[in-house]
Amino acid sequence: MSYPTDRKYTKEHEWIRVEDGIGTIGITDFAQQQLGDVVYVELPDVGASLVAGQVFGTIESVKAVSELFAPVTGEVTAVNGDLANLPGNVNSHPHETWMVKLRLAQPLDVAALIDAAAYQAVIGK
Amino acid sequence: MAEAVTTALKKTPLHGSHVALGARMVPFGGWEMPVEYSGISAEHNAVRTAAGLFDVSHMGEVEIAGPGALDAVQYITSNDASKLQIGQIQYSGLTSREGTFVDDLLVYRLGPSHYLLVINAGNIDKDWAWISARAKEAAPGVATVNSSSRYALIAIQGPKAQQILQTQTAIDLTAIKYYWFAHGEIAAVRGTVSRTGYTGEDGFEVMIPPAMAPTVWDALLQAGRPYGLIPAGLGARDTLRLEAAMRLHGNDIDETTTVVEADLNWIVGWNKAAFLGRDVLHAQKAKGTTRVLVGFEMTERAIGRQGHPVFHNGHQVGTVTSGTQTPFLKKAIGMAYVPPALKTPGTAIEIEIRGRLATAVIVPMPFYRRPKHTT
Repeated sequence: MSYPTDRKYTKEHEWIRVEDGIGTIGITDFAQQQLGDVVYVELPDVGASLVAGQVFGTIESVKAVSELFAPVTGEVTAVNGDLANLPGNVNSHPHETWMVKLRLAQPLDVAALIDAAAYQAVIGK
Repeated sequence: MAEAVTTALKKTPLHGSHVALGARMVPFGGWEMPVEYSGISAEHNAVRTAAGLFDVSHMGEVEIAGPGALDAVQYITSNDASKLQIGQIQYSGLTSREGTFVDDLLVYRLGPSHYLLVINAGNIDKDWAWISARAKEAAPGVATVNSSSRYALIAIQGPKAQQILQTQTAIDLTAIKYYWFAHGEIAAVRGTVSRTGYTGEDGFEVMIPPAMAPTVWDALLQAGRPYGLIPAGLGARDTLRLEAAMRLHGNDIDETTTVVEADLNWIVGWNKAAFLGRDVLHAQKAKGTTRVLVGFEMTERAIGRQGHPVFHNGHQVGTVTSGTQTPFLKKAIGMAYVPPALKTPGTAIEIEIRGRLATAVIVPMPFYRRPKHTT
């Protein structure tokens, strides 16, 4: 699977696409492959404050539990409610399946993240 | 200065086949094993609805033979091996003097005075040291052999297992009853077929010489494809056995938990004269224990997993030993040790998951029971 160039990535395997100061966050195809079948995603409530580099949720596959790390600092404006019933979307469409949207506290934070080419180098693809 | 300790992982004779099939390989009990091929859920559900093919060659084998072989087996295992006829198999415990599990195992009676024990991969060295020493306490003249490297083991499991395996062997599989075995040729390879497994589904385990394992594996894979058979890894093996409430040594049973605590009284030969752990187990059966293994089901969206604390009325009362979201039942289930007063199905408990208490309820085991087939 190709890694879209319309967004930035973290070495912890999250992606973030920023439009008008709102960041949309998900996990990468590489991350979902490592996790296997996702069965449960635990996310913060709308209004929660996320801090760059801190844990904001967990994602569970049949075998493993993994933590979700916030790529940037900001306040949650929306949570993907579909994931409660369709957690497998993370596996089938990782780059279209978002988890939370947040309002960036420091819009320049995103500049520090890596682009698709650099991320693919991280995962050795 | 830090010293790098690297232990080479052992490979089964089917390692190349797994890599060629695109399996994700992981370390397990000192072995490099396939954890999944197409995905745990797909593999799990294939075994429930059609068939799955598993490489379980990492399992160990120890043979006990010669004068006093039955005495030795009776002494080192919990179940009553005197009930075994030639060709029959028994699930049992390899018990310590404290009645706890050094391991759990299958005991095959191969001949009048010849037994084969199938033991867990990660315990082979420990078990071998234990068995070879303890067997002689009961029968000084008995021979014990670690024959783990002489056997490859392939499991074919699922409602279509018999039909598929029958295309590759002249052995009449309908004549092999649950927990019995027969010798014969499978894909033209001389071996042993048993109606056993670790999935809660009908199925067989095929024991063959390691060098011939790829031949048998490829033949079964090819013959099984039209029936919906797919290769299945350790991930599905774990979720399948948990649905069937089969204990996993290292999780649900170990050297700190007794056979009675594990609620496995049926694998104790209560009329046996002397065996390791006998006194403790009889005392626990008579007087009770402080904890017992139970099944639970989460009643809210959360997954209790191994090591999570169990609470009741605000107090920690136990610990989860296995837990997952199961692909077939689509429920979060698990096993935990709790005080016997809480073992009644319907009892509400809470499980602490990452700092939060989630609700669960005690349920009867097994969680899954296969439908009766009219074969």
